[in-house]
Parts: sequence; C-alpha cells; structure tokens
Amino acid sequence: MRYLMSIMSTPETEARDWEPAPEVYEAMGAYNEEMARAGVLLTGEGLTPTAEGAEVIFRDGEATVVDGPFTEAKEFIGGYWVIQVSSHAEAVEWAKRCPHPPKGDPTEMKLQLRRIGEIEDMEGMSEELKEREWNLRAQQENLNG
Amino acid sequence: MGHTGVEGEVEAVWRIESARLVAALTRMVGDVGLAEEFAQDALVSALEKWPEEGVPRKPGAWLTTVARRRVLDRWRRDERFRLRMVELGREIAERDGRAEFDAVLEEDYGDDLLKLMFVCCHPVLPTRARVALTLRLLGGLTTDEIARAFLVPESTVAQRVVRAKRRLADEGVRFEVPAGPDRDARLSDVLEVLYLVFNEGYTATSGERWLRPELSEEAMRLGRVLAELLPEEPEVHGLLALMELQASRFRARVGPDGEPVPLAEQDRSRWDRLLINRGLAGLRRSLPSDPAQPRGVYSLQAGIAAKHAVAHRPEDTDWHGIAALYEALVRRTGSPVIELNRAVAVSMALGPGAALGIVDALLGAKALNDYHLLPAVRADLLERLGRTEEARAEYERAAGLTRNERERALLLERARR
Repeated sequence: MRYLMSIMSTPETEARDWEPAPEVYEAMGAYNEEMARAGVLLTGEGLTPTAEGAEVIFRDGEATVVDGPFTEAKEFIGGYWVIQVSSHAEAVEWAKRCPHPPKGDPTEMKLQLRRIGEIEDMEGMSEELKEREWNLRAQQENLNG
Repeated sequence: MGHTGVEGEVEAVWRIESARLVAALTRMVGDVGLAEEFAQDALVSALEKWPEEGVPRKPGAWLTTVARRRVLDRWRRDERFRLRMVELGREIAERDGRAEFDAVLEEDYGDDLLKLMFVCCHPVLPTRARVALTLRLLGGLTTDEIARAFLVPESTVAQRVVRAKRRLADEGVRFEVPAGPDRDARLSDVLEVLYLVFNEGYTATSGERWLRPELSEEAMRLGRVLAELLPEEPEVHGLLALMELQASRFRARVGPDGEPVPLAEQDRSRWDRLLINRGLAGLRRSLPSDPAQPRGVYSLQAGIAAKHAVAHRPEDTDWHGIAALYEALVRRTGSPVIELNRAVAVSMALGPGAALGIVDALLGAKALNDYHLLPAVRADLLERLGRTEEARAEYERAAGLTRNERERALLLERARR
C-alpha cells in the first residue's frame, strides 16, 4: 500500500525569506536516503511558501483566483513523500523517524499520512471479479509485453 | 495487521529493521539460521518489554543491542559456539568480542544486506525455498503471511525455511558476495527470485487475494533495495523498471463492471504515472554504458513495456521498435514463446503476411506443442489474410488446448464467425 506523507507548513516555513538551515537539509537528506535504501521511497518534493501559490475558489459557477499567501499557514502542505509500505503502522513508524525539533524546542511540527487509493478500494467490484482480474494478468502479459 | 497498539508498532519496526539486523548478525555468527534465532529472540523481548516500557525512541538500536547481548552471552557460555566461530574462520573469536561486534553492527550495513540476498537465493536451495527464505529474512514476513500468499499450510512454509537454513549450514555456504564470473550467475539467481515473487503477486491463480498485490509490492521494494546496493548493475535497474512498468497498468486492467480490459482497450489515463516515470528512469539506467555491449533480458523486456507505456493511444505504439526488442530477446534467450511474441509485434508493424512466416516456422517447435497461443495467433493472422477456413481450424485447435473456460468460449466464438 502507498501513503502520501505530507509535512505541514509553519509560520516559519511560510516566511518569504525562509531557508532551512544546513543541518536541516542534511538531516532530511539522511532521512530520504534511509527510506530509499529500505526501498520504500517512491518520490518526494518540497513546496515553496504559499506566497508563491494561488487559490482558485469556485462559488455559484464562478471561479475566483486569490493569490497566496494563504491564511491558516499550518493547514498547508510544505512538502511530501510517496512511500510504499506494508501496513498503516509501518507508515506511521517511518513518519516518526522524520527529523524534527529536539526535546526542549517548543516548535510544533506536523506530518499527515493519507493512504493512496488502490484497486482494492474500487467500489462495486465483487471479490469474484477482482479474482478474475488477477487471473487474466499473466495471459495478457505474455502477448503484450 | 493492526492499525494501532504496541503490537502493530513492533510489527512495523520489525518490517523495517529485521533484514539488516539478521544481516549484521549473520556476519557475526556466520550462519543465517543462528542469526535469525538471535534476531527472533530480540523480537520476543520487544514484545515483552515495549507494552510496559513503551516503544523506545530508537527501536532499531534497541533490537540490535538486545541481539548483541544474546550473542555475547551465548559466546561466553557455550564452548561449542566459540569453536564454531573459530571453525568459521572468524578472527573475532580470538579478539575482544565486544569491540568487534560493535564495529560490525555500526558499519555500513549495505554490504551485509547484499550478502544476505545472495545467501537467500543460493543455488543449493530449491526455488521455492529461495522464495520463502527471501520473503522471510529480507522481507520480514512471517511464516503465516508467506503461507497465505502461496496458499500452502503454514507448516509447509515453516519446514521449507528450516530445511533451507539447515541446507545452507550443511553445505557451508559462505556469507559473501561471490566474485568473478560466478557473480553474474548468482546475481541473476537473485533477480529471478524477485521476479518470481512479483509474478506470483501479479498472476495469482486462486484463493485469498489481498496479500497478492503485496507480494508484487514486496518484490518491487526489494528490487529498489538491490538497486541502491548495486547501482552499477544494469540488469538490476532493468528488472526494477520492468516490474514498475508492469505494475503501472494495474488499475486500468479492469473495467467499471470488473471485466478484464486488454491492453489495447485500457483507459490509459488510469495508468500509474508515478510508476511509469520511475520505470522509464530505471530503463535508462539499465542500458549498458558501452552501447556495444548487449542489453540484458530484463532491460529488453522493460524496453517493450516502456514502448507501451509511452504510447498515448494504442495506434501510437511503436510496433517496429517492439519487434526489434523481441528480436534481441530471442537472440539472448532462444525462446520460441518470445519468438511468437515477436510475430505478434511484426504483424502489428508490417501486417499479417510478414508475421505468418515467423509463426509457421515455429510449428515444429516442441516447446510449443500444447501451447494454445500458437494456433490462436496463427488463426488471427490467417483470418486477417482472408484464409477463413484455415483460420477456423486453428481457432478450434486453440480452443481445444486452452484450460481457461472464458478463453475457450472466446476462441470458439471466433471460429464460428
């Protein structure tokens, strides 16, 4: 199963001139490396502050564009990873290993985990049909490459 | 697996940490069976202690420390064990054990993990044992999970694993990455096991299906681990690319009512772009640095899968390119099944006439005697050439050979047209 793991922005990361300290880069680099070496990291990117983004709001059939920064800075994604794990608990365990402010530092940091929908999540598909789907794969692979 | 609770956490930590723990311990004690015993001991301790004391901040280090203590205890107590270490030619037996042990466990574990992969896929083991041992020691799967995935009783898997470990010990299989020409052969054994696991997840024949996609995912995960460990090996990237490109079509292969959708009719917007992009990147890394060198079989197959992946519409498919890749694959493998695939690609690129010659040349091939796709493909080509009567006979022959009811119905229907 796959999880989208997002790191939420903070007022600090939202600041226009925000730049992570070298040791933060280093710690994140080591974290990414660890996940890559464990074969769980599929992709990941950091996002720039919402000041560089925009919101498009639809109301009554009309689209309104509001340039960033967004309000409620803590509610937005500052960066993300897509990881492949074997259980929810494993996703949580990887998230817990993310570099974070040390004990005694009051800065709060938040990650969010969301499972990415897979074929098992397909509604209205009977178990028998899923079964048949698995069965046909090999044959199709043979002639289709 | 539980979502919450300490038990779920222990399982999760185990999945993440067990392979490198077992690998480091094997390096210490020189025997995967013994190493796993120590690792399991540590796991049992965790299950006892963590519910009361809470999960430690560095659970991997905790497990390692416990396992190390167990080994040292045994070492002090057990003269036989000490002798065994000497026997195995470990210098550590003559030195201060603890310092050496610390050094071993703190060292870069990649090399140990690689050795463990080569041991699990060792040619002295039967294929099924290689698969079971790989999933158990590298994947951290329980015997029960493996049993459910392969639809065999748990005792069968347990026995397979025990026998495999004993066999490795009896044969004196060394914990090492082989050197020289042996290395290529052994690496292809490792790749073969990973691809087997992937296909088992992909083509499950029956039974409980929920673990099956997990088998494919596990194979891909181990492929990624291997690609990190051996970034200079083109075929490792080739296999990983092949698995990711095949898995990218997963979602599109089923219609709204659950019916299987053939490649040409799949909604390509449902293909998994993330996996396609990863697959294409892997494919580039699978090309030999020297273009005069022949491409590996996984790289070639990944190349074919990639040609489909980059075609936005079926009619954009580069069939000439696919036919050329199949040709290279036939040269590498000599497989008549692949030659038949080449014929299909040629028929798409150049028309049925050009392909019929290839198929006709295969009619005598023993390996294809009972292979229903040979008459099925031939029938299709004959039909497209307007040779209806011959086509009908071939469709009927194909229907008689297939064991799949749905397919038989389809072939008979085409015979009647």
